[in-house]
Amino acid sequence: MRKFKESIIEKLIIVCGLASIFFVILILLFLLKEGLSVFKTAGFVDFILGRKWYPISEPAQLGILPLIIGSLLVTFGAVVISVPIGVACAVFIAEVAPSRIKELLKATVELLSAIPSVVLGFVGMVTLVPWIKNIFHLPTGLTAFSGSIMLAFMAMPTIVSIAEDALYSVPKTYKEGALALGATHWQAIYRVMLPAASSGILAAVMLGIGRVIGETMAVMMITGNAAVIPTSLFQPVRTLTATIAAEMGETVVGSEHYFALFAIGIVLFIISFLINVTADLFLHKKR
Amino acid sequence: MKHNPKRSQNIAFFFMLLATFLIVLPVGLIVFAIIKKGIPAISWEFLTEMPRQGMRAGGIFPAIIGTFYLVSGAILFALPIGLLSAIYLSEYAKDNLLTRIIKLAIVNLAGVPSVVYGLFGLALFVIFLKFGASILSGSLTLGIMILPIIITSSREALESVPYSFREASWSLGASKWQTIRYVVLPNAIPGILTGTILGLGRAAGETAPILFTVAAFYLPRLPKSIFDQAMALPYHLYVISTQVPNVDEKIRYGTALVLLSLVLFMNLIAIVIRYHFRKKKKW
Repeated sequence: MRKFKESIIEKLIIVCGLASIFFVILILLFLLKEGLSVFKTAGFVDFILGRKWYPISEPAQLGILPLIIGSLLVTFGAVVISVPIGVACAVFIAEVAPSRIKELLKATVELLSAIPSVVLGFVGMVTLVPWIKNIFHLPTGLTAFSGSIMLAFMAMPTIVSIAEDALYSVPKTYKEGALALGATHWQAIYRVMLPAASSGILAAVMLGIGRVIGETMAVMMITGNAAVIPTSLFQPVRTLTATIAAEMGETVVGSEHYFALFAIGIVLFIISFLINVTADLFLHKKR
Repeated sequence: MKHNPKRSQNIAFFFMLLATFLIVLPVGLIVFAIIKKGIPAISWEFLTEMPRQGMRAGGIFPAIIGTFYLVSGAILFALPIGLLSAIYLSEYAKDNLLTRIIKLAIVNLAGVPSVVYGLFGLALFVIFLKFGASILSGSLTLGIMILPIIITSSREALESVPYSFREASWSLGASKWQTIRYVVLPNAIPGILTGTILGLGRAAGETAPILFTVAAFYLPRLPKSIFDQAMALPYHLYVISTQVPNVDEKIRYGTALVLLSLVLFMNLIAIVIRYHFRKKKKW
């Protein structure tokens, strides 16, 4: 009897072990089920490269190029801000900061990652957006630039903690060797430690980008949500994620608009899949 | 001027310090501002009353309760699956292709954008399984979203139990499952708990996955069953800061403060547990 019970439990464990694969496939299947049909009416190339997103006009125009460019622009801005600051902070925490402050800094970065996106979006709306408007004399502060700054903050915890791990995993002897040859601490860091940790740092950057592309609430609240192709960082944009979040509530289930939003979901799923697989390859390169 | 390594080191370290301040300072300011402007709004009435006048007055009680239901449902679903999955990975899985694929699936599950979880929940639970926009649909969606957090942290906790503990148990004649159940699991509980609470905090703060699966715009009553729609704190904050005009700033900051406190409190508990048990560790 006990044998029987145990074999049931073990089977259950194996089934649950496979749960992650099951859910990933399930997500993809349901996105495809609802989203693929849009390509029959709109055509894959027209969907991706179409310049007009007027989903409720008659006939609907479903081109997501403005949304893709919006996402890329915001992501680009966020990466330019967050990568240098994040990596510098990671080096500071891992190498320079005295051990007592180190724990405090790590806790603060963790605190940042715990703040819900919608709270950051709210704070961005009431503080950052008016500042941007006044400083740059813009008609509105709801711009790609505001989104980039806010998203940079959301990517920072990921970048800092993973880059920090990468720096810790560099063997101590590397640094000691450099110091023994007369290098200063800084020379040891940027000539030896950083190159040795480079694949881990690259993975940190990739995961940061993944975080930024998938972020929804904060971007929806502060980028202005205009589905037109932007010509500068100081214009409102609409991202892929914000489009789904803002429009799905108002669509009729089974309409072309509904299918198109799922097709955007497929695009996002594929992007995040590629980013995560690449980051994973970088992370495992070292070991 | 001759290159001076000592001086470039000072410059480099100064910029690193500056970068660190650029992260730490805004975090401090954000938390401080929310606490300072949110505290005046907090009162017993604000926490326990229904919203009134289209959310421009009254309290946020149904949003608090809704969040509580959603988060509990998510954990009820995700913890058993996540824990068993972690046991599989740490105790049963061999180093082969299948294990590699499972790990990759976990990484991807963790990376799927939260709004895509919302779409998935809408397609599977709300429409296909006909649960409708309900606490059940929202909880299941959130549960799948926090699954990778629970698997990863539980697995780390299980793997940190020394191998010699298992060997000792086997040598006494215990079976593999008995060893896991009576030796490995009890020693891994603090780590599992930490991960679970972090997952709870994450689920409590997410908005995008509940947008189309459960969240009610304005529902000044409590949900009656798991097939009811519910209000939730993060969605409520979104609604009163973007969708409803002329909401008193105090109410917005108050809601933000309650949500932030809830999430930070859970993180704090997780940190305390981790710290406490690390000190007590016997190996």
